[in-house]
Amino acid sequence: MKSALGQRLGNLGGLALALVAFMFYAVYFSPTQGWTFFFQLTVNGIILGSLYALIALGYTMVYGILKLLNFAHGDVYMIGSFIGFGVLTLLGGPLNPAIPVALLVACMFVVAMLGSGLLGLAIERFAYRPLRDAPRIAPLISALGVAFFLENSALLLFGSQFRNYDGFDLISYNGIYLGGDTGVFVQYLGLIVIIGAVLLMLALLALVRWTRLGKAMRAVSFDREGAAMMGIDPDRVIAATFFIGSALAGAAGVMFGLLFSQIYHLMGFLAGLKGFTAAVVGGIGSIPGAMLGGILVGLIESWAKGYLNGNVSDLVVFGILIGVMLVRPSGLLGTPALQKV
Amino acid sequence: MSESTPGIPGSGGQIGIDTWVEQSDERIERRGGLAGQITRIWERIPAAGKLALLTPAILVPFLPFVSEGNLFNYGLFILIYALLALGLNVVVGFAGLLDLGYVAFFGFGAYIYSFLSGTHTNKGHVYSHHWDAQWSILACVLICAALGLFLGSSSRRLLGDYLAIVTLFFGQAFVVFTNAADPYGITNGSNGLANVAPLTFFRGHLTISTTRGYYWFLLGCVMVVLVILYCISESRTGRAWKASREDPLAAEMMGMPVNRLKIMAFSIGAAIAGLAGSVFAAAQTGAFPQNFGTQVLILIYAVVILGGTGSLTGMLVGAFVIIASNQVLDSTSPPNLARVLFYLALIAAVFITMRRSWVKMLIAFAGTAVFGLVVHAIVDAVWSRGTAGQVTSGGFLTGVIRNWVLLPTNPGRLAVYGYLLMIVCVVIVVQLKGWWRLIALVPTLYLTAFVWENLLVQNPAVTRYVLFGALLIAVMTIRPQGLFGTAKVEIG
Repeated sequence: MKSALGQRLGNLGGLALALVAFMFYAVYFSPTQGWTFFFQLTVNGIILGSLYALIALGYTMVYGILKLLNFAHGDVYMIGSFIGFGVLTLLGGPLNPAIPVALLVACMFVVAMLGSGLLGLAIERFAYRPLRDAPRIAPLISALGVAFFLENSALLLFGSQFRNYDGFDLISYNGIYLGGDTGVFVQYLGLIVIIGAVLLMLALLALVRWTRLGKAMRAVSFDREGAAMMGIDPDRVIAATFFIGSALAGAAGVMFGLLFSQIYHLMGFLAGLKGFTAAVVGGIGSIPGAMLGGILVGLIESWAKGYLNGNVSDLVVFGILIGVMLVRPSGLLGTPALQKV
Repeated sequence: MSESTPGIPGSGGQIGIDTWVEQSDERIERRGGLAGQITRIWERIPAAGKLALLTPAILVPFLPFVSEGNLFNYGLFILIYALLALGLNVVVGFAGLLDLGYVAFFGFGAYIYSFLSGTHTNKGHVYSHHWDAQWSILACVLICAALGLFLGSSSRRLLGDYLAIVTLFFGQAFVVFTNAADPYGITNGSNGLANVAPLTFFRGHLTISTTRGYYWFLLGCVMVVLVILYCISESRTGRAWKASREDPLAAEMMGMPVNRLKIMAFSIGAAIAGLAGSVFAAAQTGAFPQNFGTQVLILIYAVVILGGTGSLTGMLVGAFVIIASNQVLDSTSPPNLARVLFYLALIAAVFITMRRSWVKMLIAFAGTAVFGLVVHAIVDAVWSRGTAGQVTSGGFLTGVIRNWVLLPTNPGRLAVYGYLLMIVCVVIVVQLKGWWRLIALVPTLYLTAFVWENLLVQNPAVTRYVLFGALLIAVMTIRPQGLFGTAKVEIG
């Protein structure tokens, strides 16, 4: 039997091989060949992927600790996006903001993260905590109810029309060209998104690795009853996990608004599914796996849009999801689950 | 796990015999009051007797207040959802698998029927098969069963949540397939298939084309399916399903083919959905992609969960309650009906939460009435615009609402804040206990009325989905066994 580390290294090696092979195909043999096109798609994919990674983190943390698939996570992301929009409008809108732009964007992030974090807390308290010891299917149905509740509440409150962040008016259309004037174009907004996502992920990693709370989270995820006997309050740790995961989703929601401008009440469903795909591909329960999976899903979606066609990109992503689940359910960086008797 | 089993303290008991579990039936017998009485009578009716109780439904179309439209909107939909719920009950209730792609089988049934028994032209192809209904319905059922076999076989490897997500994707893929993919024009894209023939059996010797005809046909289907499912659930297979639902590992150890049982449940559920879909397509003479979205899925789940997973009676009652309220809250039905239903549901909710004490219940209702009058008077004096709005199609309740609920002239943003505040209030009410809860309940009820009159009544079609979402959460947390399911005897 191979060691877990060996298996992960094998997975990563296989993945790297596949990516290099695809790169060669894309650059030399595809109908739209060329380095620039490929790397432009790659950059877009990484930007998109950092959003998915942030969403996937919430899924994977909750799954790691509760073994619960939080269907409502995508809708928390949607609500975060709307909270950011609310702050933006309150502070004067994108064209003539009342306070400096940098401060405004920071405000949007902070309020949206706090708001979605609190929403996550409330969801946990009402929809999941009473079902801690229920059969597995009960919290899933409850999660379905929460997702539906949030989606339709948003429809009721905000209406079905699109809302415009106008992120480009806020931060400008400019960017930098990598590799000359005909090279790869990276928007400043995209850079901000990538840097923000990386910072948040590093903060999360540090939190999980070095703080008392992180230690408690790992302990509860490993064995809830054992942790409780060691004096850890599992309920509090689970609540903290929900808060952090939902806050990350809220941040992703604001980033989505800044990048793609248009937000609406159903945006959470598909994004949630993709975030979940990212979490599964990376290995559900593993935090680095969620980041890797997010970037991968973003890349695949972007490449599929560029080399195939926009309509099928979602189908490709979900096809990969099903493939990974059937062939390697533990994902790239997850540990194979042992079934206890 | 907790050490003590709730029940009879200090009853001792022998080693190896769990007294509390053993006496579970007696405890149910002992349950007093009217509810206990009714439960006991209900339990004593044999299964055939329960089925016989359904027969008066045959006479429904002859009732004086049941018009053709009512029979279609209420009767047909309730029966179709009852069928769907019965099918989903096999998967969720008997086998304990979460199937979020169930609605796709309903869709497949409808599309296959429409394709085989209808006419349409698209992308240069003409499809005009006009099969007899008995063959096309049989084809629907068989193809759906095969698809269920296919989807179920993925459950061999996938457990719990993974299965849920794969089936969810299956449902989404169905919508994409009918809407966008549309190979050779067989699904006619977003326009759907129209011109579907009514149910024509045996080369036209027997044709069902009236709403009454469909009603009776569906009622027959429901009865047949009920009998079949009852037989299955009492058979070896049914017991094996329940065993593998409770503990797959133990069931496997006892020699049950767990994987085959799961696939079988998927397949039977899918076949029933296919049947429902084919009749649905015939009744509305068409199949359209928007008939098979997530909202339908949530409706079916609401029926199953409210009725109580695993209970056949529960599916019928659940379908009646959920689908009737769904149709009342539709944007096409008279708004005042929706209003009456909403207030009745509110009163029922208070009734259930306060059932332990009549005094508190009376105080809650009286307090809310008085509170409303006082607030209305104060706002009227201070800010006259706050009460100057119009009642939206009030009907016979107009007078009461105008003098009790605050109706600002331009409620827009106020109503939105009211909605958010209402959610916060509900959260608080749930947290509190005893008299504090009662005190918090009064303004919450008034606020709910305010939000309903100013926001929700204009959008009953969205409101109903919010309510069904909340219902799923509430049933799961308060009474996971639903109305008719049996509560599990947990061994602590």
